[in-house]
Amino acid sequence: MSSQRKAISLISGGLDSMLSSRVTMDQGIHVEGINFFTGFCVEGHTHAIRKKDKQKPKRNNALWVAEQLGIKLHIVDVIEEYKSVLLNPGHGYGQNMNPCLDCKGFMVRKAYEWIQEHGYDFIITGEVVGQRPMSQRRDTMPVIQRESGAGDLLLRPLSALNLPETRPEREGWVRREELYDFSGRSRKPQIELAAKFGFEDYSQPAGGCCFLTDKAYSDKLVDMWAHRSSRDYEFDDIMLLKVGRHLRPRPHFKLIIAREEGETRFLEGYRKQFAHLQCKSHSGPLVLIDGAVDEDDRLLAARISARFGQGRDAGEVEMEITDLDGHAQPLTVKPLAADEIPQDWYV
Amino acid sequence: MSEHHLDARRLLCPMPVIRVQGAVAKLAVGEILQVVCSDPGALHDVPAWCRVHGHRVLLAEQRGDEVHIRIEVMAQETVL
Repeated sequence: MSSQRKAISLISGGLDSMLSSRVTMDQGIHVEGINFFTGFCVEGHTHAIRKKDKQKPKRNNALWVAEQLGIKLHIVDVIEEYKSVLLNPGHGYGQNMNPCLDCKGFMVRKAYEWIQEHGYDFIITGEVVGQRPMSQRRDTMPVIQRESGAGDLLLRPLSALNLPETRPEREGWVRREELYDFSGRSRKPQIELAAKFGFEDYSQPAGGCCFLTDKAYSDKLVDMWAHRSSRDYEFDDIMLLKVGRHLRPRPHFKLIIAREEGETRFLEGYRKQFAHLQCKSHSGPLVLIDGAVDEDDRLLAARISARFGQGRDAGEVEMEITDLDGHAQPLTVKPLAADEIPQDWYV
Repeated sequence: MSEHHLDARRLLCPMPVIRVQGAVAKLAVGEILQVVCSDPGALHDVPAWCRVHGHRVLLAEQRGDEVHIRIEVMAQETVL
């Protein structure tokens, strides 16, 4: 009697990876999940930061999927390694700063390393031919197999019948005839299969689960690089791009303005790393100053910041600016009028 | 029964889960991990991770702005 085969499943938290895992489990394969945290994942952070989202149920969808399936989930921090994917994607970017093809290749490569290290037999993903414009096309799916090194140890159970036979099928670890032939952008087959399995609650994010597919986020990332000496980032940089209004009134500095209480609390954690402004005479947001500023810049920053507080219509407001060394200085300023803030200052 | 502490405050999910995963992987069966987080999402995510990995959550509660979770390691974990 042969021993049970083992597969690792790339779990995003969406429906497709949930289905592909279940399809494989139903063939007697031991499946565990793996989820890679790049720093650009959408859900957890924004919900945690923004108070207005506090009423939404907070859950990590990948963990939730694992729990529904009854499998272990390994969450892997790839923040540092992912930099090379985002900064130098061999296949370029999608509509925004999303390097989807390189990203998928990277994740499958990491999964391939994982199965080699842990003695697993193959990798499964929820990919479907024609589902995504960059990474899930008939011509790019073999690229992922080749460049990740996984080759024919990568099985896509939902679309397997549209693709060449893989080793798990050839060796009889899984029965090819019980796999699927999904293709295209329609979600109907997945929804029908979900119903068959009794899955009623699942996530189907329209733009995927990555901030890099979001235009507003990508614009902020491009702006950050355009105003720095090097095209690089740290984890805090990409976190701060998710939070607040970003206004760049001068090329050498920008302001990060909290939009509500939850964001203020989050930005408070950065007060030692950034000069910052707070209105003292009225209720107002915490504002971080990203960049070196002179006296004129400080005044301008204070006037802009005052615009976003309760004193916006007052003749004067009392602001306080705190430098990086912790030295706080009062500033009395007239808030800028709405029409004094050009639209192109908004990043 | 030895007890260990993990400070995951100021980390946003899934980082607290990743830190818990790493900490549990270094512990033996029966040892206790006491975790403190500031992301309210950890109140759901860390126990969910424990459930799928078969560890026992002895306590999970919000105390003011902090989440406190106490975990008993029930099986040896893979080191990631």
